Amino acid sequence: MAKHPVALTVNGDEHDLLIEPRKTLLAVLRDTIGLTGTKEGCSTGDCGACTVIVDGKAVTSCMVLGVTVSGKEITTIEGLASDGELHPVQQAFIDTGGYQCGFCTPGFIMASKVLIDEDPDRSEEEFRHALGGNICRCTGYTKILEAVLKAAKQIRTST
Amino acid sequence: MKSFAFFEPTTLAEASRLFAEEHAQLLAGGTDLVIGMKAYTETPQSVISLQRIPGLSGITTDGDSINIGAMTKVREVELSADVQQHHTALAEGASEIGSIQIRNLATLGGNIAHASPAADTVAGLLVADAQVDIADADGERSVPINELFTGPGQTVLTPGEIITRFRLPSPASGSHYIKHKIREVMDLAFIGVAAAVNLDNGTITDARIGLAAVAPTPIRATAAENLLRGNEPTPELIERAGEAAAAGCSPISDLRCSAEHRREMVNVLTKRTVQNALARATA
Repeated sequence: MAKHPVALTVNGDEHDLLIEPRKTLLAVLRDTIGLTGTKEGCSTGDCGACTVIVDGKAVTSCMVLGVTVSGKEITTIEGLASDGELHPVQQAFIDTGGYQCGFCTPGFIMASKVLIDEDPDRSEEEFRHALGGNICRCTGYTKILEAVLKAAKQIRTST
Repeated sequence: MKSFAFFEPTTLAEASRLFAEEHAQLLAGGTDLVIGMKAYTETPQSVISLQRIPGLSGITTDGDSINIGAMTKVREVELSADVQQHHTALAEGASEIGSIQIRNLATLGGNIAHASPAADTVAGLLVADAQVDIADADGERSVPINELFTGPGQTVLTPGEIITRFRLPSPASGSHYIKHKIREVMDLAFIGVAAAVNLDNGTITDARIGLAAVAPTPIRATAAENLLRGNEPTPELIERAGEAAAAGCSPISDLRCSAEHRREMVNVLTKRTVQNALARATA
């Protein structure tokens, strides 16, 4: 089938691509652009490993066709650090040991970043509920939640 | 995923003409279609995206009426102050879909057009007496939500017809939705029950009850509504309404739970949603 021109911005870089309609945004990011930080878990939207930020909203990139994101701004895990410094959410995951095998970590960090940007004052229970779309196969949820709360607190006090 | 031709029309008429062709599918949020295409349960030859058509997204008010564009994300429905205040059951239903990541993609029109009897927004739309606006290349028509569905995955939509908007005519003074489920998020409803009531001087002037996943289509519990309407809410009356709702449904047994459990829970949750809607109406 005919490929479609797609112009999108990923982590501030503009890309002009020709994309086959059946390619998901996840596949475009990983295979076409070569950003493999975003992971493919279940591929059915259930696990959240493929979470990226599109125009400010966290979405499961395995459910998005790449041809539908023309003109949109996408942020992946590779786009969070700036000037060699990790984003506070990334740093908090390291500081608290909020990862084990690390496969779910990019998805958790991207989902958490948006939640904290929206409202860093969420309660522990609210963060837990809002992160219900992300699964950790190592079951390291306690440390993940600690990391999110630590990052939220830090961002709350620095703004 | 099989290959397909992709179209991004900018007018409803063009979208409708493309959609009227055989083996064509509409793409709204994609959370059902893309997964279906990956599983080869959906193998369209053409996919028509609705996202470049202006005017299909957003929530507006028109007097008492709240209008929700079919391409509005369910996350926006969930967070809308107008929907939360006047159609609480719909906001609660929207908040029960999948995860935040999925609700940022999924649309209200998609949730309804998919015609799952278990859709989380459908009970809230039923008790809001929503009108469904539909367009094709020749014009528009409007269908009450309780006349939209004809069976699981089936609606009265004809080839080329596209849902454009939901109109919620008048606010209820209190409404509530309960999703009976196991997991807190990322689950499908065993059953879904919504109730909306209007009260005047302690008398129920109107009552609407919507049931999901207990019949081939989402249904209104009209016998229970008739019992409530015109009467003062007493525990005995609400008890009888629960029993009437259970008697009026036709659930199936499946891997999620038995028909008997579904019917019993319709009784329990109808009573509970009516009580909660009444409490909200008087709050």
